[in-house]
Amino acid sequence: MSATHVANRVRPNFYLDSVALMRLSKEVSAGPGVETAALMIGSETNKTLMREAGLLTADGAAAGPNDLVIALRAADAAAAKEALARAEALLERPALRGGAGEEWHPKTLDTALTGLPGANLALISVPGEFAAAEARKALDRGLHVMLFSDNVPIEDERALKETARDRGLLLMGPDCGTAIIGGVPLAFANEVPRGGIGLVAASGTGLQEVSCLIARAGQGVSHAIGVGGRDLKAAVGGIMTLMAIDALDADPRTERIVLISKPPEPAVARAVIERVGRSRKRFTICFIGLAAAELPKNAAFAATLRAAAEDALGGVGVASSGVDAATLARGLDGKRRWIRGLFSGGTLCAEAQLVLRAAGQKVRSNVPVPGARDLGGETAAHTMIDLGADEYTVGRPHPMIDPSVRTELLPAALADPGVAVLLLDLVIGYGAHEDPAGDLAAALAKAERKGGPVVLASVCGTEGDPQVYSRQVQTLEAAGVIVAGSNAEAAELAAAIVAR
Amino acid sequence: MWRARRPFAERDKVTANELLEAEVRVVNIGLQAFYLDLRARNVAAVQVDWSPPAGGNPKIRDLLAKLGS
Amino acid sequence: MKEIEEANREALRRIFDAEPVLIDVQAAAEAIPGLGERVVLHAGPPIAWDRMCGPLRGAVAGAAVLEGWARDLEAGDELAASGAISFHPNHHFDAVGPMTGIITASMPVMVVENRAFGNRAFCTLNEGLGKVMRFGGNDDEVLNRLRWLAATLGPALAAGLKYAGGLGLKQIVARGLSMGDEMHQRNVACTSLLLRELAPALARTSREAETLGSVLEFIGGNDQFFLNVAMAMGKAIMDPVRNIHGSSVVTAMSRNGTDFGIRVSGTGDAWFTAPVEMPKGLYFPGFSEKDANPDMGDSTIIETIGLGGFAMAASPAVAGFVGAGSAADALGYTRSMYEITIGQNPDWTMPALDFAGVPTGIDIRKVLETGLAPTINTGIAHREPGVGQVGAGVVRAPVACFETALVAFAETMGVS
Repeated sequence: MSATHVANRVRPNFYLDSVALMRLSKEVSAGPGVETAALMIGSETNKTLMREAGLLTADGAAAGPNDLVIALRAADAAAAKEALARAEALLERPALRGGAGEEWHPKTLDTALTGLPGANLALISVPGEFAAAEARKALDRGLHVMLFSDNVPIEDERALKETARDRGLLLMGPDCGTAIIGGVPLAFANEVPRGGIGLVAASGTGLQEVSCLIARAGQGVSHAIGVGGRDLKAAVGGIMTLMAIDALDADPRTERIVLISKPPEPAVARAVIERVGRSRKRFTICFIGLAAAELPKNAAFAATLRAAAEDALGGVGVASSGVDAATLARGLDGKRRWIRGLFSGGTLCAEAQLVLRAAGQKVRSNVPVPGARDLGGETAAHTMIDLGADEYTVGRPHPMIDPSVRTELLPAALADPGVAVLLLDLVIGYGAHEDPAGDLAAALAKAERKGGPVVLASVCGTEGDPQVYSRQVQTLEAAGVIVAGSNAEAAELAAAIVAR
Repeated sequence: MWRARRPFAERDKVTANELLEAEVRVVNIGLQAFYLDLRARNVAAVQVDWSPPAGGNPKIRDLLAKLGS
Repeated sequence: MKEIEEANREALRRIFDAEPVLIDVQAAAEAIPGLGERVVLHAGPPIAWDRMCGPLRGAVAGAAVLEGWARDLEAGDELAASGAISFHPNHHFDAVGPMTGIITASMPVMVVENRAFGNRAFCTLNEGLGKVMRFGGNDDEVLNRLRWLAATLGPALAAGLKYAGGLGLKQIVARGLSMGDEMHQRNVACTSLLLRELAPALARTSREAETLGSVLEFIGGNDQFFLNVAMAMGKAIMDPVRNIHGSSVVTAMSRNGTDFGIRVSGTGDAWFTAPVEMPKGLYFPGFSEKDANPDMGDSTIIETIGLGGFAMAASPAVAGFVGAGSAADALGYTRSMYEITIGQNPDWTMPALDFAGVPTGIDIRKVLETGLAPTINTGIAHREPGVGQVGAGVVRAPVACFETALVAFAETMGVS
């Protein structure tokens, strides 16, 4: 098919920038049936160009240097007419291109700082091998750092924290997924009212659960400082934990302080407890799993996250569901003896294991607490899986973001004739999946539930979260899920059900 | 949103307690979701379009680290 | 590294302290020592005849005829192929030239003196659009125009410049930036300002009205006349920045249609080269990518001093050359260039960015850290010699140049 029809239209006394004309030419050329188009001012030079390109007719030739010539070659007269009309329309309506709305994203920290004067915190979530270098750059610029990235060598962690300490800067992390500074939730955190309770946590979901229980009990949090999972190891020496205690101690808004972590190595534990003793504020120490130790007068132990929240609340109890285990247990087939826990939060999985152990139950897990076994071998035990552990998250998003890891395991768990209770945690808030309850409800709807295990869950979240705590609970209950008032309560109920 | 550049030496240094008492202003380097959540909450934040230095070339990366800016 | 930061600060100081003044027009042989018989200067890093692209070869043949070394273009071609002509980069002779950038003995060159450091730089007079030697044109029309430039325009300009005591260039550029010029693809404001400033001196030194008329008509009718002035200015500004030990600042960027080359202050005169890239842009009617010549010219000296693609925020219309470019895109291009430069030029500011200075002092370390190569606004030539410009667009300096430069630079710092 050869395009043979040449047509011109002249707009008298019409000026447009040559670049704009070239863009319009390109657009008109791309139209159906059009081989080439040119929109040019009718100067002699331009007319020569158009003539040589085989685009000029007598009409165009007659145009003057103040006129605009629309010239094109098309498949036939009809296509040409249509294209000319389109060109005229384009001239009437200036096309709004690209984005005045498109945001500028700087490529480096330094340029970012020119665009955000007064920046005081760098939130870093780049791949682990690059994370230490980025954190160091931020510290060198006088910024506090929240280091979400993991797989950072522990030597780098130590060096970074020493530098940070020397400069009075916080370095929260590595592997710090949760913090709330000045009421602002950072990364995976919940919308929690401001209040007098300060939190220092080496665990993200641990921090989330305690802060949410405090919020749902009607009190609030001054700041929640994450220190990273390894801060209390001897190799790091609790540098950030001690700095965080200093900061909250000096913070006028903070009345009492909660420390949350796995039991630290002894030397570090000693240093932390000694520092706690020098404060005038009340401390709750939740070294998850540790029931007691020598503590100064201003401190109390809490073995679970719920106990920590209750202690911090000043003895106010955390709301429980009011559900009766015996009622739930009725109707469960005698063969159903086992609890299957599928967790998205590692610390929530640990807390559940500890509650079961305290209730005298045998527990096995991919991340066993002291007193629980690992998954190999012993099968006569309750199985508690942390789905956020490395073996489940290679090449996939964390279950808090993408529940499908867990949803895929549901059918087998529900169909297993030995399972009495399916124990779950749903973590909401910023960073989490937009509707974990809805996702779970949909999965449950596909399964045969009659005569099956009890599905027992807790929701780690608040009314202020985007997913809205009460709506998540409603969705779960409508789907036949029993919702406990805390992760600890859910585990207690599960233990009570299987103890029947 | 553009501001003229100021040298870094002039920046006010913020200590841990000053951070706790100040309005948090975040430079987000990495996952964009964190930045979007902050903006949705009207927190002052900027998103850095980070990519591995030297396009991942280890030799160049190594030299850059030694010659650092 | 502290030594590097100090050296770079020195480099930036020298750039900002420059005082470029257009003082004269001279025959190249007078202005440039060593430009004798059978010597051809060209744009870009060093290149041999057998690797030259079409337009460059066409220009060389034309120059051979112009200088009387060959009786016609074919003979000129053979002369070049025989090895009888020696080829050198303009940059090696304190000069620059756009596109093919050919400079031979009889051609008039503008002389820009950097009064702060005493050095001089040279560039040919802009021939105009269409069939011109910088696009490889070499027929009688082209050569006759070059002869006219040598016989008439050059001397007239020289007389006017001397009468006026020279033309300070930084101020003209500063005003041009506020009028929509970026000094690479858009020079109409600066050309107009230059003509306005020089017209009285040209009139007063002219002995004949018709000559004066043709001079004014030529400059006034050529929107890109100031390009060559800006290029000589860029060379004059950057030459004193060469050879600062420990400085990672780029002192030259240049292309010959085959290779793209950069020079870095701390590594002296070494060229770091890589194959040129193809510009992306818009084409005049009847032309497309398949007609385009690869990137060519010394005009990237303009980006080297923070103008052109670096100052696109001052010239939103130019952004239209990049796909669906909008005014916001123009700002974005300039913003990206802040990522790879060490300072802002306080004398050259852009209203659209709240009068921020143009991004100045390309640091090879930052280019590699960010992966952002310098953005260059360029004309696109036809791949056949003598056809002329077929479009305009944006091209990037190849990252590979900066990688080899970094390795060499590291060695000068005792780092490997």
